[in-house]
Amino acid sequence: MVAVNTQQPFSVTLRVWRQAGPAQPGKFVEYAAKDLSPNMSFLEMLDVVNDELTVKGEEPIAFAHDCREGICGTCSCTINGKPHGPGKGIATCQTYMRSFKDGDTIFVEPFRARAFPVVKDLITDRTAFDTITQAGGFITARAGSAPDANALPIPKGDADLAMDAAQCIGCGACVAACKNASAMLFVSAKVGHLGLLPQGQAERDRRVLAMVNTMDTLGFGSCTNQYECSAACPKLISHDFIARMNRDYLKATFRDAFKPAPAGGGGGA
Amino acid sequence: MNLVGNLFGSSIGRKILMAVTGLILIGFVIGHLVGNLQVFSHPDKLNGYAHFLRSLGPALWIARIGLLVAVVIHIWAATVLTLESKRARGGEPYGVKTWIQATLSSRYMRWTGVVVLAFLLYHLAHFTLGVVQSDTFKETEALRHYKMTADYHVLGFTVVRAGSEVLDVHRMVLLGFQPLVVAIFYIIAVGLLSLHLLHGMDSLFQTLGWRNARWARSLRTFVMLACAAYFIGSAAIPGAVLTGLLKPVPVTPSVAAHP
Repeated sequence: MVAVNTQQPFSVTLRVWRQAGPAQPGKFVEYAAKDLSPNMSFLEMLDVVNDELTVKGEEPIAFAHDCREGICGTCSCTINGKPHGPGKGIATCQTYMRSFKDGDTIFVEPFRARAFPVVKDLITDRTAFDTITQAGGFITARAGSAPDANALPIPKGDADLAMDAAQCIGCGACVAACKNASAMLFVSAKVGHLGLLPQGQAERDRRVLAMVNTMDTLGFGSCTNQYECSAACPKLISHDFIARMNRDYLKATFRDAFKPAPAGGGGGA
Repeated sequence: MNLVGNLFGSSIGRKILMAVTGLILIGFVIGHLVGNLQVFSHPDKLNGYAHFLRSLGPALWIARIGLLVAVVIHIWAATVLTLESKRARGGEPYGVKTWIQATLSSRYMRWTGVVVLAFLLYHLAHFTLGVVQSDTFKETEALRHYKMTADYHVLGFTVVRAGSEVLDVHRMVLLGFQPLVVAIFYIIAVGLLSLHLLHGMDSLFQTLGWRNARWARSLRTFVMLACAAYFIGSAAIPGAVLTGLLKPVPVTPSVAAHP
């Protein structure tokens, strides 16, 4: 567990990655963060540091953030070598300064992966995740009025498991934590949450093949089963979904290869 | 057809190839060890066993080619995946990066793999081809004429008759481990191989999709026990020679009396 700092106002030294733009070289710059409340969130601490920088006329540290309650997946920093900082199952915005001690030096870096190019300072472009999600496509759903909730029976266990996978906020911590910059945990969560539900069956094979293919094309690495991803995941999504996706991918590959083609030239009504 | 393309071209496909070839190779190393543990029995056993394997002819070559293909695919997939993953990590390394939970064996797979390959090449040159330590190779004149004192059976069938003259593999092994450096190299190499298998065996279940949180703990325990048993068994052979537990017997009269 994270050590709890109950001290009164304290100070830390930040070593923050500063990079003016995608093509510019970056470097670590040291900042002193003084008189911090232990109850500040990590992002609030950065806000305070940025206030000082602005007053001094310096360029504030650019970092991405939105909801600040751990559900949007926008905030993304590698703090002391761990995506989202020292806590377990929380995002950067839910990391509090009481996790650190007076006098600590804290390294703050962007999530690093070739598929996540740095936009500026701590902000990375994670469009690659959207591209993978798009490759997954839609599910075949009945248009029109909503069906009765009990019209489609789903075992409680399956629904819960699908919900576990659906918790993924697409922050990219799995990629950032992985030594191979593999997106397997993210992709497997997306493949898993629809694949577990009856609504997702029609496109199940097509979905896993397309998403894995897109993942490879975008330049993510491969999985070496070290499970750093699930340990770094702010939603603690299990790497069991990766095993499930591997199985799904293998099955889909074989089914696709041996599927007979329908007779005739297609057409329809 | 997408099947070959998906297996050889995609990241998951290549992982599956690694897992399947790994499984084949695990099966081989375990079988190889069980066969070789006969060194602790009468020389008839190991020599009869070796003679039996060599007498398989085409079947032996099919097995050898199959293993070679498995090794080549395993190494090819590992190399391609490693290079892709290195590229995926990007140009700028982390200033600070900590491991969260990755096991020690998983962090050194690539290094242990390389050492295992070097060991494999030496092992083949040593006991199969006789390129190194050739003075104690089984096909030298001194070791060609072992006379079986009893029948050797496989599954109840007599495959090598008493009195037949076979290569003295038992003696070759004991002489082969006489140099201290060789015996120690073998022990270190099988140690690293066991470490490689510790992550590899665990990993193949995940890659093939046969693992989940409910099974993970018992699977890990099984893999750890299997690797420990493999290491003890493998290290026992050079270890026994090193400690003098197994000594090359003086040349028996029956061998010396051969015309």
